[in-house]
Amino acid sequence: MSAVEDVVTEAPAVEAVPKRAMTLGLGTSIVVLAALVIAPLFVKNFIIFQMTQILYLGLAVLALNILTGGSGQFSLGQSAFYAVGAYTSAILMEYSGMNYALTLPIAGLICFAFGFLFGQPALRLSGVYLALATFALATAMPQLLKLGFFEHWTGGVQGLVVTKPDAPFGLPIGQDMWLYYFTLVITIGIYVASVNLLRSRSGRAFMAIRDNEIAASAMGINVALYKTLAFGVSAGITGIAGGLGAIAVQFVAPDSFTITLAIQLFLGMVVGGVGWLPGSIVGAAFIIFVPNVAEHISKGLSGAVFGVLLFLVIFLVPHGARQVALVAQQIIGKLKK
Amino acid sequence: MELFTNQVLAGIATGAIYACMALAVVMIYQAIDHLNFAQGEMAMFSTFMSWQMMQWGVPYWWAFILTLALSFVGGIAIERLLFKPLAKAPVLTNVAGFIALFAIVNSVAGLIWDFTIKQYPTPFGSSPFLGSQLISTHQAGMIGVTVLLLILLFLFFQYTRMGLAMRAAASLPESARLVGINTSWMIALGWGMAAAIGSIAGMLIAPVVFLEPNMMGGVLIYGFAAAVLGGLTSPLGAVIGGFLVGVFENLAGTYIPGVGNELKLPIALALIITVLVVKPAGLFGRPIVKRV
Repeated sequence: MSAVEDVVTEAPAVEAVPKRAMTLGLGTSIVVLAALVIAPLFVKNFIIFQMTQILYLGLAVLALNILTGGSGQFSLGQSAFYAVGAYTSAILMEYSGMNYALTLPIAGLICFAFGFLFGQPALRLSGVYLALATFALATAMPQLLKLGFFEHWTGGVQGLVVTKPDAPFGLPIGQDMWLYYFTLVITIGIYVASVNLLRSRSGRAFMAIRDNEIAASAMGINVALYKTLAFGVSAGITGIAGGLGAIAVQFVAPDSFTITLAIQLFLGMVVGGVGWLPGSIVGAAFIIFVPNVAEHISKGLSGAVFGVLLFLVIFLVPHGARQVALVAQQIIGKLKK
Repeated sequence: MELFTNQVLAGIATGAIYACMALAVVMIYQAIDHLNFAQGEMAMFSTFMSWQMMQWGVPYWWAFILTLALSFVGGIAIERLLFKPLAKAPVLTNVAGFIALFAIVNSVAGLIWDFTIKQYPTPFGSSPFLGSQLISTHQAGMIGVTVLLLILLFLFFQYTRMGLAMRAAASLPESARLVGINTSWMIALGWGMAAAIGSIAGMLIAPVVFLEPNMMGGVLIYGFAAAVLGGLTSPLGAVIGGFLVGVFENLAGTYIPGVGNELKLPIALALIITVLVVKPAGLFGRPIVKRV
């Protein structure tokens, strides 16, 4: 048995998750939801903006989680899909004056197609090979966006500036707050849809493929279709997140979508716990706040702090926030007795 | 015709660097079946160390040898401290570990030496090689060092007990352990050698791309492309893959209209995907067998 065979036959990247453990309980969900709705009323605009960031990056992490936690495929190239979504929204808004909300489904659809097509060659790859191909995609993306050929649309190196939307119907709330609630509604909608997707027939097919591809195909699951579908869905959601990001930041440029972004999303997933959807938001909070804290300590240190923390996570809590949540749950359970 | 020869020769020269990177990637892949995404950053760090020594007045070749030794020890230390405990962990955890290492090394190099671009000396000089207009002495030196390295590695793996033990540990770990080979140390040794080979690549390319913490990003992707093209299981394949990728990159940049400099990285991407789809084992690799 050669060492190479181990890669393809070893145990799946994540253990099988019982259905209920994938989400929060009903009570907890309501508390979290209430906190998310009420919190912005009491904080400054900048914090609201950061909370918006957490939501749309959380959405991108969630998308990756569906791909990796759901169907067991890796991607280090999510930044590429994110970039396509962001550019789609920005271009539609700036050149055809389309309403920002309408650009999101289009960004999602285009990214779905893009992801589905990328999933075709990716079908034959597993484990490290897929990580490699997507890594290369993420590295090449900024270069593609800078191409003279697209420059008329993308603005080349300079990028595009996007106007920030006002609250509709004359609602008496600021732009930041409106954007926050707008993002929150979309995030919750996609979150609920994702939970349902993973619990559906397709979701179970994803997980069967993740746990044992050959056994899944023996049961009659169309492995090729479902693997590319997982890629497509994941890319589509990432594209919507990218569109929201473009609207919130009001700016798209090739250098915002480098491999660093892909790495951040990947870290967010690992920190949040692979396969645990609520962990996506925890992971997104991690990737937004940790660099800020690190920059306070020393400029340019954020990468090192990121790396050290990540090592701590994989050594001490390999299942990320899910593990912490489970421990907390047990402690609360004991206290109740 | 002169343009063609020129581009091919220049491609072989940069290909030598890709070959070194690919060789380093393959060394670790052989030992632990994972792609080291931090390979480029490790090489960059080694290059900075040699630069620092030269700033302190150490002559080039002494700095070169000291850096090789330090990188070797550093590679072993990284394996012992960080990746040995992860040996039984899932692929995802290992990928996360490599990415964490990538971030740490990049950021620490930036902290120590900052992100300004630095000149790096070449030991071979930059005059035309043997009076020929086609290739500089530095390019010829890069090719020479790579070929020499490949020959040394071949001799090591083919004719020494240690090399045989390393090959055994990589291909049949269980059986190797039964005949008394310390497979765990063979893996550490593989890391050390990969780090040293990477540092050679770094020190050779630094005069061309200049020294800064992000200098190896593109080179690593080409190294991966070369390793995949040659086959991740074959060191010779990796070197041939490196030269092929270098030549292909230059010819595509010259003759395919609209490619030029800006499309070079996407070419590496296309190459990786094409090879993986058409011939996943690469040109010289063993095919992968799936088992339930």
